[in-house]
Amino acid sequence: MRIWIIAELTFREAARRKILWTALLLGLAFLTLYGLGLHLMLTGPAAQASALERREGTNALLIVGLYAVNFLMVMMTVLSSVDTLPGEIASGIIQSIAIKPVNRWEVVLGKWLGFVAMLTLYILLMAGGVLTLTGVLAGYTAHNVAPGLGLMWMEGLLLLSMTFLWGTRFSTLATGVLTFGLHGLAFIGGWIEEFGALSHSQAAVKLGVITSLIMPSEALWRRAASEMQSPVVNALGVSPFGGASVPSTAMVIYAGLFLIAAFSLTLRRFSRKDL
Amino acid sequence: MGETIIRTEKLRKTFGPTVAVKELNLEVKRGEAFAFLGLNGAGKTTSVKMLLGLVFPTSGEAAVLGRPIGDREVRRKIGFLPEHFRFHEWLTATELMRMHGRLYDIAAKQLAERTASLLDLVGLGRFAEKRLHGYSKGMLQRTGLALALLNDPDLIFLDEPTSGLDPSGRLLVRDIIKDQRSRGKTIFLNSHLLSEVEVICDRAAFIKQGEVVEVRELQKLIEGDITVSIRARNLSPDIIQGLSQWSTPIRADGEHLTINLASELLLPEVVRYLVSRGVDLYSLSPKRLSLEELFIQIVGTEGGL
Repeated sequence: MRIWIIAELTFREAARRKILWTALLLGLAFLTLYGLGLHLMLTGPAAQASALERREGTNALLIVGLYAVNFLMVMMTVLSSVDTLPGEIASGIIQSIAIKPVNRWEVVLGKWLGFVAMLTLYILLMAGGVLTLTGVLAGYTAHNVAPGLGLMWMEGLLLLSMTFLWGTRFSTLATGVLTFGLHGLAFIGGWIEEFGALSHSQAAVKLGVITSLIMPSEALWRRAASEMQSPVVNALGVSPFGGASVPSTAMVIYAGLFLIAAFSLTLRRFSRKDL
Repeated sequence: MGETIIRTEKLRKTFGPTVAVKELNLEVKRGEAFAFLGLNGAGKTTSVKMLLGLVFPTSGEAAVLGRPIGDREVRRKIGFLPEHFRFHEWLTATELMRMHGRLYDIAAKQLAERTASLLDLVGLGRFAEKRLHGYSKGMLQRTGLALALLNDPDLIFLDEPTSGLDPSGRLLVRDIIKDQRSRGKTIFLNSHLLSEVEVICDRAAFIKQGEVVEVRELQKLIEGDITVSIRARNLSPDIIQGLSQWSTPIRADGEHLTINLASELLLPEVVRYLVSRGVDLYSLSPKRLSLEELFIQIVGTEGGL
């Protein structure tokens, strides 16, 4: 019960402080732009293309749209949650909650769930919007939508959990720098793996995999993209979005365990922290 | 007063090499207003935070309301106004109170009534629906005070409760503390405003460098030690020496003498003694030792941060 009160407070805070509404408003602008672009592409000279070309072109734009959604989701997840623990610890706001008959883990879990609700809403609106627009305007349905969106959601959860973990120890700024810094490593590691696969460099692929083991966030996006990408592109392995070297199911399981470990460590640290 | 409501034994807290609380031994009884006094950096706030379960002791033992510190159910019976009161300022005072009340599992109807009456009590009834970010420091402190009373606690920790308040606010805090005491509640007060402590509290613990150096009953302070300034002639060294049966130390400077007496009741005896020895007595001014003077005597003035 108390977990839900804190989750509700977290969600309401995002709404009251205009974080949620700003993100949703800009999200609508994004979807409008995406829809307009798709419409122009479908009604321009490309309208004369073959059905296969149109389908593959639509799929490519869809994946680019989802890539942009994924980027925005990463930014929103980290930026909206980065201050929640370190900010409230530094200001002392957390003290007024922690002296209530509530366990420390309930405080963290409640906050986490509040942000999970926001993340879920954001992905459903943004990725769901891109998929719906593509379906309505182009009559195209992406492959493996549920696992694809699930993997994007999992990436958000992973970054959220990492932000919480650093937030139990570091300042707001340091928490943000650490989370984005690690995601940046994962991002470049992913591209090294992709180009390594394209250029048949096993060493580069290994380097990319090792980077994903350090921070598996980008691997989840690449697997998500691969799930929703056209089978033709996947077979040719020519897409910049996870076509050449697709993260394995073992990597997805590893990311899940990584997420659980990060969040468990957060609960443990916060439960023992002097406030 | 009988039941011990706070008991600490060799409670210690270190932050790396820094010793914040060296060895806290304390006993507070149910129903008393207990002051916790010391210079800045003496370890008062850390001690309170340990008692509230916000900071974990490095060693030692402590119990609050008969349970180990940090016990979840005990927190249901505790109220706390922190020194640096900060809340979710995007909420209104009503929303804040209701959110905190839900964390105490207070029923909705009772919570609504209690929120309204407490906000009225602290003089914020008119501003109850205004967001806290528009509040002044004093208004926020009043909100914090209302919040500290929300669960009708048995034990209330007030850390510098009047630091942001004007004189009328201070009077309000004093009245609220008196009212809570009359209802059998226990008050644990951290304050630098010693004149208020003197009026409000039953006992005071003096903390110096993370250690309780003395605990005094303040009523005895009122009835007890007085400083007497005397102006007289024909004061021989023998006569002055004779005063030591009532006072130590004695400060003598020509015609002026300053002595400390354990009670005002000793004053006639001193006068009789001086007159009987042929001393010409011009003036005699008894002055009760203020808590401020006692504070300086006990903890000194050095070491504050």
